[in-house]
Amino acid sequence: MQLPTVLMAVAAASARDPGGRKRKCGPGTGVRRCPLSAAQQPPAPAMDCYTANWNPLGDSAFYRKYELYSMDWSLKEELRDCLVAAAPYGGPIALLRNPWRKEKAASVRPVLEIYSASGMPLASLLWKSGPVVSLGWSAEEELLCVQEDGVVLVYGLHGDFRRHFSMGNEVLQNRVLDARIFHTEFGSGVAILTGAHRFTLSANVGDLKLRRMPEVPGLQTAPSCWTTLCQDRVAHILLAVGPDLYLLDHAACSAVTPPGLAPGVSSFLQMAVSFTYRHLALFTDTGYIWMGTASLKEKLCEFNCNIRAPPKQMVWCSRPRSKEKAVVVAWERRLMVVGDAPESIQFVLDEDSYLVPELDGVRIFSRSTHEFLHEVPVASEEIFKIASMAPGALLLEAQKEYEKESQKADEYLREIQELGQLTQAVQQCIEAAGHEHQPDMQKSLLRAASFGKCFLDRFPPDSFVRMCQDLRVLNAVRDYHIGIPLTYSQYKQLTIQVLLDRLVLRRLYPLAIQICEYLRLPEVQGVSRILAHWACYKVQQKDVSDEDVARAINQKLGDTPGVSYSDIAARAYGCGRTELAIKLLEYEPRSGEQVPLLLKMKRSKLALSKAIESGDTDLVFTVLLHLKNELNRGDFFMTLRNQPMALSLYRQFCKHQELETLKDLYNQDDNHQELGSFHIRASYAAQERIEGRVTALQTAVDAFYKAKNEFAAKATEDQMRLLRLQRRLEDELGGQFLDLSLHDTVTTLILGGHNKRAEQLARDFRIPDKRLWWLKLTALADLEDWEELEKFSKSKKSPIGYLPFVEICMKQHNKYEAKKYASRVGPEQKVKALLLVGDVAQAADVAIERRNEAELSLVLSHCTGATDGATADKIQRARAQAQKK
Amino acid sequence: MAAHLSYGRVNLNVLREAVRRELREFLDKCAGSKAIVWDEYLTGPFGLIAQYSLLKEHEVEKMFTLKGSRLPAADVKNIIFFVRPRLELMDIIAENVLSEDRRGPARDFHLLFVPRRSLLCEQRLKDLGVLGSFIHREEYSLDLIPFDGDLLSMESEGAFKECYLESDQTSLYHAAKGLMTLQALYGTIPQIFGKGECARQVANMMIRMKREFTGSQNSIFPIFDNLLLLDRNVDLLTPLATQLTYEGLIDEIYGIQNSYVKLPPEKFAPKKQGDGGKDLPTEAKKLQLNSAEELYAEIRDKNFNAVGSVLSKKAKVISAAFEERHNAKTVGEIKQFVSQLPHMQAARGSLANHTSIAELIKDVTTSEDFFDKLTVEQEFMSGIDTDKVNSYIEDCIARKHPLIKVLRLICLQSVCNSGLKQKVLDYYKREILQTYGYEHILTLHNLEKAGLLKPQTGGRNNYPTIRKTLRLWMDDVNEQNPTDISYVYSGHAPLSVRLAQLLSRPGWRSIEEVLRMLPGPHFEERQPLPTGLQKKRQPGENRVTLIFFLGGVTFAEIAALRFLSQLEDGGTEYVIATTKLMNGASWLESLMEKPF
Repeated sequence: MQLPTVLMAVAAASARDPGGRKRKCGPGTGVRRCPLSAAQQPPAPAMDCYTANWNPLGDSAFYRKYELYSMDWSLKEELRDCLVAAAPYGGPIALLRNPWRKEKAASVRPVLEIYSASGMPLASLLWKSGPVVSLGWSAEEELLCVQEDGVVLVYGLHGDFRRHFSMGNEVLQNRVLDARIFHTEFGSGVAILTGAHRFTLSANVGDLKLRRMPEVPGLQTAPSCWTTLCQDRVAHILLAVGPDLYLLDHAACSAVTPPGLAPGVSSFLQMAVSFTYRHLALFTDTGYIWMGTASLKEKLCEFNCNIRAPPKQMVWCSRPRSKEKAVVVAWERRLMVVGDAPESIQFVLDEDSYLVPELDGVRIFSRSTHEFLHEVPVASEEIFKIASMAPGALLLEAQKEYEKESQKADEYLREIQELGQLTQAVQQCIEAAGHEHQPDMQKSLLRAASFGKCFLDRFPPDSFVRMCQDLRVLNAVRDYHIGIPLTYSQYKQLTIQVLLDRLVLRRLYPLAIQICEYLRLPEVQGVSRILAHWACYKVQQKDVSDEDVARAINQKLGDTPGVSYSDIAARAYGCGRTELAIKLLEYEPRSGEQVPLLLKMKRSKLALSKAIESGDTDLVFTVLLHLKNELNRGDFFMTLRNQPMALSLYRQFCKHQELETLKDLYNQDDNHQELGSFHIRASYAAQERIEGRVTALQTAVDAFYKAKNEFAAKATEDQMRLLRLQRRLEDELGGQFLDLSLHDTVTTLILGGHNKRAEQLARDFRIPDKRLWWLKLTALADLEDWEELEKFSKSKKSPIGYLPFVEICMKQHNKYEAKKYASRVGPEQKVKALLLVGDVAQAADVAIERRNEAELSLVLSHCTGATDGATADKIQRARAQAQKK
Repeated sequence: MAAHLSYGRVNLNVLREAVRRELREFLDKCAGSKAIVWDEYLTGPFGLIAQYSLLKEHEVEKMFTLKGSRLPAADVKNIIFFVRPRLELMDIIAENVLSEDRRGPARDFHLLFVPRRSLLCEQRLKDLGVLGSFIHREEYSLDLIPFDGDLLSMESEGAFKECYLESDQTSLYHAAKGLMTLQALYGTIPQIFGKGECARQVANMMIRMKREFTGSQNSIFPIFDNLLLLDRNVDLLTPLATQLTYEGLIDEIYGIQNSYVKLPPEKFAPKKQGDGGKDLPTEAKKLQLNSAEELYAEIRDKNFNAVGSVLSKKAKVISAAFEERHNAKTVGEIKQFVSQLPHMQAARGSLANHTSIAELIKDVTTSEDFFDKLTVEQEFMSGIDTDKVNSYIEDCIARKHPLIKVLRLICLQSVCNSGLKQKVLDYYKREILQTYGYEHILTLHNLEKAGLLKPQTGGRNNYPTIRKTLRLWMDDVNEQNPTDISYVYSGHAPLSVRLAQLLSRPGWRSIEEVLRMLPGPHFEERQPLPTGLQKKRQPGENRVTLIFFLGGVTFAEIAALRFLSQLEDGGTEYVIATTKLMNGASWLESLMEKPF
């Protein structure tokens, strides 16, 4: 059973809740409702006043308000004297004191303060820039301060200045009259109303694109109220001027009328759009509130509160997927919840308060408290509603009786089971636990769920386990010290990843890591990411020495998977700590990541050795080209010289891209052999006149001599000689000689009948006799100059024997000539020659005479049955005789 | 479609599927109709990964070859360039893009680098002002391409030249990356052995890369037990010799490209009556060769002299099977016969093809010149007359036989003699320059740099020692039923394969001395595994070794390794990876330099 441990986990989380923070009972809820009917036993006393702070609105909905924190932020001013901005999802609160003082004296300069939702100070700084019109938080929890001149300054959660941007010239000229920060699915936007009563907006400050909205025709005064809407992923502006409403989209301005608006309105005092941009509420000067869809196509309800004073704030208060729609209106000392009901819920405000709309309710904070007002969720309502017979309510009761060891537990349980609603009961208890703020109540409900689960066969445990985990996380972040009062619904909408990011933003690294470990998030998404953020923060601590920072980071991070040391190093470099960056890069195992940063930091030589270490040649090339531009040629070559691998790669590059540089490289290294080859290649590439080629070859010869490669030098000299000669031959004889090999030159000469010249050439270049004979033989046979061939064969004893003569004649199908030479073939090859010319009988004789078994078989294989029968017999006989011996 | 990849001990289809998935994902990123512009070199290797049908499914409507100036007209939304990261290709792409920009309706351009994105190339595109034109610029890490159930190749033609001539480790880096991909799919390989400079570098890179990926702890049960990295220059001899296995000879004579071979069509003329009227086909017959074909799988690794008997036996079996139809009396029997028909017909077709190929090869192998060449090769390899000018080589030069053939023989002689005497070497070189042209001085220089051709230093020839110790020459070879790997060269046992064999049993410690005579360091590295992934071997279960040839491998060597895998008491099965499938000719070709 996993129950006890998980429950203990919840308990442990709640133990951290600061003591002595008792919940206040909401005002105006003095009525004690009588619990449970006569048939039922009254519930335990602790539960007694559980619904005491529930306020009905109409017949079907309850609203409750409970305290999140008591604030001890010891504010000196009243909230009304400050510009206030609070981020949704339990985000931080920014206050700008004295924003309207124009004096330049330092003592009265405005002060910007940032607090957590629980009132813990996060930052405080003197405002030294221009007058601020409006504050707001971006989705990334960055504070946007809109100045009168249209410049928006962006600060981090800890008051660190991030960047600034301008909302354009038009805004600068006409000044900012009013500004709103709004959130869409793309990010956070800024909308500005200028002194010229024109609107400019940017839907995403991360990717600033300014849009100037169309003019409202005939607008002379500032609108009485306005808001941004977001429809079809486009931001619009709705504004009210006197009795008229106008909708501005990027193309046009259109007048709009809310359907079913009560008559007699001469001005709109407030408007509010819901968290999801789906609904709109309008407050008129007649004290009338119209509620409908933001598209202005449908009215939901209306309410007349009969208060004509303009409210300080009006916000929507509704739960996602709830049918109930309500708005909360705040005046100086009064708070009113109105919806589709004849009566409203009213609260008295003891102090100056500020409303923060949330996804599923409204947060209300003042100097001393921070409360949450929301519609009671269905599951809670079912369980806790007075006289509820819902399965969850019964299960809760059963569990309590069970703890008291009362047999009534069984009765309740049986009742649920008879109706077959136990599964539903368990689910209800789990769900309701999620919506409870107090750990005690969470535990009660979870205990009930766990109790009910025991009687179910196959209840999948994950919903229970997940709820226990979620609550533990929620209780931890709701803690006073952390101050993120997320509700369960908000948490689910925000996701754990974003929550972790927000903890990281608050530099709450240990808690974030604990959560990751507790939820067993994969390291790469969880712990590693947080450690990396921690390290990025660490490198900004300027008072710690480079060594200490680098060591501290490495100690903590080690080889944690997924940590990018190069990112951290980049951050260090961004803070001007190059040395630290280099130290950190040492820990980076991926060279691909090391190298670009090193290049950026102008540590090219280090980058080069890192690139070489990686073996990634592309990386090496990248650094090389970088170095080439950065260093002068001499230094560049020196650097290469010390890195043989880089040098050889660069040589390859030059071979294809920069031939001249290649030559210089070889020269530098005194690599004469390669220089020689280089010039040989050049002599072909030149393609110019023969003189140019010869010159290139001469350079090659010199290089080869320097390289002590005598053979290559001599060969190249021969080549030069041949080239000149070929040139002369072309001039004298015509025809094509250039670039023929020596062998082919001689052959061409013979084929052209220039035997004398051929002889001369062969002598000059000392062509070996054997090859010359082959050459002549082949050429003459090609010419079919049999007479000359015969003369040649008799010129002296052939160094290649006479079998080639036979072969070549047979190749030209001249058996007659072939036979002439067959007789001259030496005894070793005679059989072969005779067979070639088809004289099987004589071949057999020779073979028998030579008593050569291999030759005998060869002849035999040439014997065809019909004609050579006698020969075959002869051979067989000879063989038999040989064997006898 | 690629079932033959999954027959082996390691299912290489997993790799193929992984790269196919990656390709599909990329194609889907570019929504709408597409045209692919191919770096021509990539089309062959890609054919083994994805047929046109796959591309078509993802709206690829047109395919072009990358060349200068304008692109051919195509009415598509996306134009995707599939290229290797080479600067010269970037220039062409820029030209294409710029001329397209002027032309009219806007297209989306994309760039897919194979196998790796390159900053250098992107910088070039930026300089040419077109980098911004590409919406997606990605890399497709197609390093090792599965060729067969036990064979992977990077098909990187220039790898040997780059590594051993130009000290450019690019292909080694790709090899290391490819090995990382393999390990991601098949688990960390616990032991790495290696011999040679390049092997050392690849191992270093792998170890480094592993550190870079510490984030993603590999939790796949390791399939490979060992990795053996071998430098090609440890065994320069083997590829120079003529391969004598069936597949090796097909490659030697006709050249196998990306598992396809083109053959002269005459022998494959259709013999059916109906087609008799037509002329003989003039287009080369293109056949795919892999183990998906049952008969080919059986004969590919046999010595060619043993192929004939298998073919005739097969012929008898098949005709007997067809005769069965006369015995089929009942409807059931006939039905069964008919159901087997497609298989039998495929077998008959396959037999006909291979009989034709065998005839083509036989024409070559029975020629006198082939015999003479082989005799010289075998003399050199067994240590006869390696130190003087060989008259057959002399004759070949005098008769202007193809230069590649001559170079192959001279290099073979040089390697078998640990270098040639200066006088002999100079004589050969002079003969070549005079006969084939002085421009070949560059090629000769390259061969010397690669160590294929060299003067003997110190006057000592230690090749005989190596040959004897490693038993690289076997006089009594059984070509029909081989007992030793030497059957693949009818006498010569490939040194590379012998090293693998000795590593598995009894271990390299026994041959330390010889190892030191071979170039480069030899080493062993361990990659620690989490305890849960350590293997407990069943008795009798073979180890699996991945052997990676850096610089290329021949089909004969592959055959020898398959022979070892199949040995009953061998104890090790091999999966072979290489930078390139090659033979002596294509190898030397890659080292030749033609200045004009």
